[in-house]
Amino acid sequence: MQSATLILLLGFMATAAFFIGRGRSLALVGGPGHGLALHSLPGYYGYYVAIWVVLPALALLSAWVLLEPKLIVALVVNGLPEAYRNLPAGELNLLVNNIQNLAAGDVISVAADDMLQDAATLFNAYAAKSRQILAVLALGVAGLGGVHAWRLINPDLRARNRVEGVIRWFLIAASSIAIFTTIGIVLSVLFEAIRFFQKVPVTEFLFGLNWSPQTAIRADQVGSSGSFGAVPLFTGTMLITAIAMVVAVPVGLMTAIYLAEYSSARVRGVAKPLLEILAGIPTVVYGFFAALTVAPWVRQAGESAGIDVASESALAAGLVMGIMIIPLVSSLSDDAINAVPTAMRDGALGLGSTRSETMTKVILPAALPGIVGGILLAVSRAIGETMIVVMAAGLAANLTANPFEAVTTVTVQIVTLLVGDQEFDSAKTLAAFALGLMLFVVTLFLNVIGLSVVRKYREQYD
Amino acid sequence: MSAVKSTREKVEAGLPRRRRKERTFKLVGLLATTVGIVFLGVFFSTLIAEGSSAFKQTFLQLDIELSEDVLAPDGELDLAYADFDGLVRTALRAQLPEVSGRSDRRALYRIVSVGAAYQVRDLIAANPELLGTTQSMWVPAASNVDMLIKGNIDANLDETLRPVSDKQIGWVRALEEAGRLETRFNKALFSNGDSREPELAGIKGAVMGSLYMLLVTLVLAFPIGVAAAIYLEEFAPKNRWSDLIEVNINNLAAVPSIVFGLLGLAVFINWASLPRSAPVVGGLVLTLLTLPVIIIASRAAIKAVPPSIREAALGLGASQTQVVFHHVLPLAMPGMLTGAIIGMSRALGESAPLLMIGMVAFIVDVPARLTDPATALPVQIYLWADSPERAFAERTSAAIIVLLGFLLVMNLTAVILRKRMERKW
Repeated sequence: MQSATLILLLGFMATAAFFIGRGRSLALVGGPGHGLALHSLPGYYGYYVAIWVVLPALALLSAWVLLEPKLIVALVVNGLPEAYRNLPAGELNLLVNNIQNLAAGDVISVAADDMLQDAATLFNAYAAKSRQILAVLALGVAGLGGVHAWRLINPDLRARNRVEGVIRWFLIAASSIAIFTTIGIVLSVLFEAIRFFQKVPVTEFLFGLNWSPQTAIRADQVGSSGSFGAVPLFTGTMLITAIAMVVAVPVGLMTAIYLAEYSSARVRGVAKPLLEILAGIPTVVYGFFAALTVAPWVRQAGESAGIDVASESALAAGLVMGIMIIPLVSSLSDDAINAVPTAMRDGALGLGSTRSETMTKVILPAALPGIVGGILLAVSRAIGETMIVVMAAGLAANLTANPFEAVTTVTVQIVTLLVGDQEFDSAKTLAAFALGLMLFVVTLFLNVIGLSVVRKYREQYD
Repeated sequence: MSAVKSTREKVEAGLPRRRRKERTFKLVGLLATTVGIVFLGVFFSTLIAEGSSAFKQTFLQLDIELSEDVLAPDGELDLAYADFDGLVRTALRAQLPEVSGRSDRRALYRIVSVGAAYQVRDLIAANPELLGTTQSMWVPAASNVDMLIKGNIDANLDETLRPVSDKQIGWVRALEEAGRLETRFNKALFSNGDSREPELAGIKGAVMGSLYMLLVTLVLAFPIGVAAAIYLEEFAPKNRWSDLIEVNINNLAAVPSIVFGLLGLAVFINWASLPRSAPVVGGLVLTLLTLPVIIIASRAAIKAVPPSIREAALGLGASQTQVVFHHVLPLAMPGMLTGAIIGMSRALGESAPLLMIGMVAFIVDVPARLTDPATALPVQIYLWADSPERAFAERTSAAIIVLLGFLLVMNLTAVILRKRMERKW
């Protein structure tokens, strides 16, 4: 039986259980007119039974789905001839893969002999059996749960409190997913990074000046031992981020000031949504624009000024990234400026300062912490931005501060190292996770500081 | 006395300078505001100029003789082995009989797409009774011919610098004069999956992939996000645990999306051994990515419900849970839905994490299930942007127009929903 059908069946059972439970509770006190004799509303007794039907069955279902593949593989391997069972782990894995593919009816890498064919048939047989057993067990557990709950029903049963307790636990579980996500990120990146640092020393990674992650596939290959000095990536990331900030911070800040202080309501009503569109454009689209439109412009402009510009210059990627970040800087600055109490502004204006003097001498200094916090968040966004640099910045790990040259960034390297087939025991693949760890730690640091500054500052004037 | 200036005189002396500064400051602000808007204008105009031509496509009319001798030499029609290519070539030669010589003929065959043979095959497969007749069909021209017709290849350029030869241009012009060449609506763009041939490449596979992913994301992220928001706003005690959750959610919203891709690769693919390139994995990653957005929006919506509603319900004897599910939740629902749509639109535009979980593969088939290998619309844009063929550049722009169209519809829905359902208390 398909899992979808099974879940549908469980749904039907739950619906039925609801009505049975509700009916039972009313019947116990002598009909619909006597509901007051019950501790809870009759519906809660229905929900109570339905929960007993669904929850245990779902728990069984998920446990089964998690364990089933491993169990079946173990059974099939056990059924193989002696010679195959004693193969080294890698070859056995390959064999199991072939059996699974054959069982699914796909093309496999070796000629299908009788042994494989038998194993595949066995595999399918086990899989079908497992589904049958699962269906019977799950429906059985659901039924038993229902009967159990049905027998528990009596007028004194605190059904509402119990149902609400289950709901409460569901809510807690849902809100804990955020924490599990963070833990998952940390663990998944950390473990692979530790494995990487067992192959390549941390000091070489952090301070090495040469990045060329090609490692030899065969032992006798020449000239591709791989070197993992990540400094060129860090400088490349910083260069592009700096260019983006040079664009985004003044433009974003001045936009916020203009819209808050000078523009009429009509202009603001038009300009703000337009800037929000800028924030809503997917980054891959910015990347396309950077690579196909802005980069040639920059190159042409450079040529006419007599400067040699690489076709994948840091400047093009940085410029477009800066434009992407303008709305973020401008909305965070807007928040900070608006949080400054009106009394300060009115005081300055009342003493005869012009608007620009009020802004630069009173409001901006007062709003500075909030603006700096916002800029930190923008920097973190620029460092983590991927698609623009993947499409518009190069792959060459040049150690340079020249914006007209091609540089590469941490995110670009993560993408190039992980796209395509990979082995999880090569330093090349693991390097991506080490870079991911760096990226996560740095952006987390910036975010925590940025967010706390922004929030603390907002409270200060409230 | 005249040597000592009064305060008034001092101020007045400085006034022109200060007013100048004020004007400059205002002007700089105006300039800054226009930067973003000008970029937007340039961006959209280049996009439309570049992409609008991809919605049209050049077709050739050929009289194809579905000869039994070629298709069923042994009296048996075998669709897998029949020489449909040969039929198209014969028809092409019949159209331009003056072309002779091996290399010229080969050049001639290159003005029609390989898709023509597939089109003939599909026709025969659907209508076997047409065997032996001659059918006049509109078949796609090769992408280089298409580019030539659209003016994207400059015919005045030196012959060695362009992908179509002088002779091919001559043949194309001849066909054009005979009324056998037309540009029509490019249906392939919306009904095909990806292809190595630009004239056959379409976005249907990518759109379906994105759709499946958004489905998974919506089904998981909306209930979980709303539940988390309810807990944090209505139930959570003020303690370390809730503070931790709070900080976590805010940080997750700012974690670079590619890090979520690393998580997906390590956890869903490596550890849970879910299939690579599958929309279900993409949906799971996007769920984690959009959860913070939805939670933050839902919390704001719940906060906007005035406490008097809660107090009234509590006063009438409702339990805390009943207050939330019977009163607060329905009132906060429009705000939550708006948040969900905005989260979904962010998920739709996301591509970096999908690169990590193998959704960049070249996939021709349109996915039919959640576990089929698929790609997503933004990733398709990335793949096409990398292709060297001129014809893919316009298709990339067209795909971007479609993507932005989807995003526009979603965001407009959110705005309208907010406007229509908004309640002032």
